[in-house]
Amino acid sequence: MTKIDVPIAEVAAGRSFRRNLAVGLERRPRLRIVLLLGLPLLALFLVYFGSLAILFLNAFWQRDTFTGFIIRDFTLENFLDLGRPVFITVTLRTVAMAVAVTLTCAVIAFPIAYYMARVASPRVRGALVVAVLMPLWASYLIKIYSWKLILSEDGVLNWALSPLGIKGPGFGEIGLWVVFTYLWLPYMILPLFAGLERIPSSLIEASSDLGARTLTTFRKVILPLAFPALIAGSIFTFSLTLGDYITPNQIASGKQFIGNLILSDFGVPNLPLAAAEAFVPLAIIVVYLLIARRLGAFEAL
Amino acid sequence: MKSGRVGRLGLLLATVAVLLFMYLPLSMVIAYAFNRSGTQVWPPTGFTLQWVSDALANRGLRDAFTASVEAALGATAIAIVLGSLAALAVSRHRFFGRDTVSFLIVLPISLPGVVTGMALSTTFATTDLPLGLVAIVVAHATFCVVLVYNNVLARMRRISSTLEEASGDLGADSFQTFRFVTFPQMRTAILAGALLAFALSFDEVIVTFFVAGGVKTLPVWILESFRLANQVALVNVAGLAAILLSVIPVYLATRLTSDSSTIGRT
Repeated sequence: MTKIDVPIAEVAAGRSFRRNLAVGLERRPRLRIVLLLGLPLLALFLVYFGSLAILFLNAFWQRDTFTGFIIRDFTLENFLDLGRPVFITVTLRTVAMAVAVTLTCAVIAFPIAYYMARVASPRVRGALVVAVLMPLWASYLIKIYSWKLILSEDGVLNWALSPLGIKGPGFGEIGLWVVFTYLWLPYMILPLFAGLERIPSSLIEASSDLGARTLTTFRKVILPLAFPALIAGSIFTFSLTLGDYITPNQIASGKQFIGNLILSDFGVPNLPLAAAEAFVPLAIIVVYLLIARRLGAFEAL
Repeated sequence: MKSGRVGRLGLLLATVAVLLFMYLPLSMVIAYAFNRSGTQVWPPTGFTLQWVSDALANRGLRDAFTASVEAALGATAIAIVLGSLAALAVSRHRFFGRDTVSFLIVLPISLPGVVTGMALSTTFATTDLPLGLVAIVVAHATFCVVLVYNNVLARMRRISSTLEEASGDLGADSFQTFRFVTFPQMRTAILAGALLAFALSFDEVIVTFFVAGGVKTLPVWILESFRLANQVALVNVAGLAAILLSVIPVYLATRLTSDSSTIGRT
């Protein structure tokens, strides 16, 4: 035992200290939870929720119209400003876009999710899951950029359509709708796939045994059972559309959406107004999450 | 559904169409990165490695790449520690408000990025903390934690606690049990979560834009280059790098975990 230089007693002492600590912690489960959760929650509250609170606070301050400096006098003016027609128009336009994108994603995602979940062999299914995951993670900016190339005047879309004598939508709301659908589609496919995979085959067989046609089975059996998963996917498509400011800037720069309106007010600088405006998409998403939870979407995530 | 042959064929065609829809735009950027003309006119005129070597020689682009890697490594390191701790607490203990913890950890990634970015930038300004690389790391860490947390939590729910109990019954203290029984089982889940955290941070721009100060990460560099006509050829190459550096970690993550549901972003 020449290799051990440390006297046995010392090893035993070190070990017994650790052991005592371990036993002490085992006897105090609360202390253990505090030690495990303390750091993550402290960081979360200090950095994230603390920041949201500071932002919220700023919504109640005033801004000196000449200097742009913030005057720390309480006011509700910024919230009253949310009632101005421009802001209401922009909010409605953004929500309409989010709804349109969500519905389009749902329609496009359904066939591929169904194929993945119920038709493909396990091998193909695994490959398809990876194939859907990759574009979800591939650079967000480059995906936007690729559509700038596609939609541009001498881009590939007009090139492909020119033999037919027609033109693509170019940059605008239609183009934006296509690009948003492209960006968030994988977020809809994956939860929908998981939801469809969970439907017991016996239910679908029973439906057809009882004489239901394909369409009836789809409407009366598959769609209701996949609905929570559809809602789960819609959380992503809806909230990502609502909170984006880069895509509207790049694809439909003429039209304002809630994200770039907030950004431009922040840049004025009019932080109090931007802060008040920021709580509109926040509130919409929280309401959406609450509705989604009632519809059972969280069990489907 | 009575998946008749026609139905299956229709589904297969729809699947192929969606895959094409997802992959054609991305592959076009890759094609442009090697396009001889260096402009964005379709179709490409020929193959060249000119833009790749130009990009490698470009100082600003190299610095941006380095800044992105540094930010992503920093955010990932924090996410590993905080995410694993929280997942251990939630998976192996019962306490009041346990379900709320998951909800709180998911929030930073689900709320609009423009709000998160503005909130963090306001906080840094109010507290006189400097914007820059450290600010980016802190900002990214807030929403990268959830990726490690979700992966580790999913793993901990799948592995039975009987092994840990057996370890305790055989006389191991809780540190030994963690080191020799629990940790080896959660290791690949931590790694998978870390890879996803890296990919998310490397790609992030919406929040980064608010806290970057003068620091240019790769996405910030790309966003600014959208406005500069003389850099289009470089943007394609930068885009190729951005795609690879987010897609490769994710691919590795899928190999490490059989549970695909945790690789979605929340």
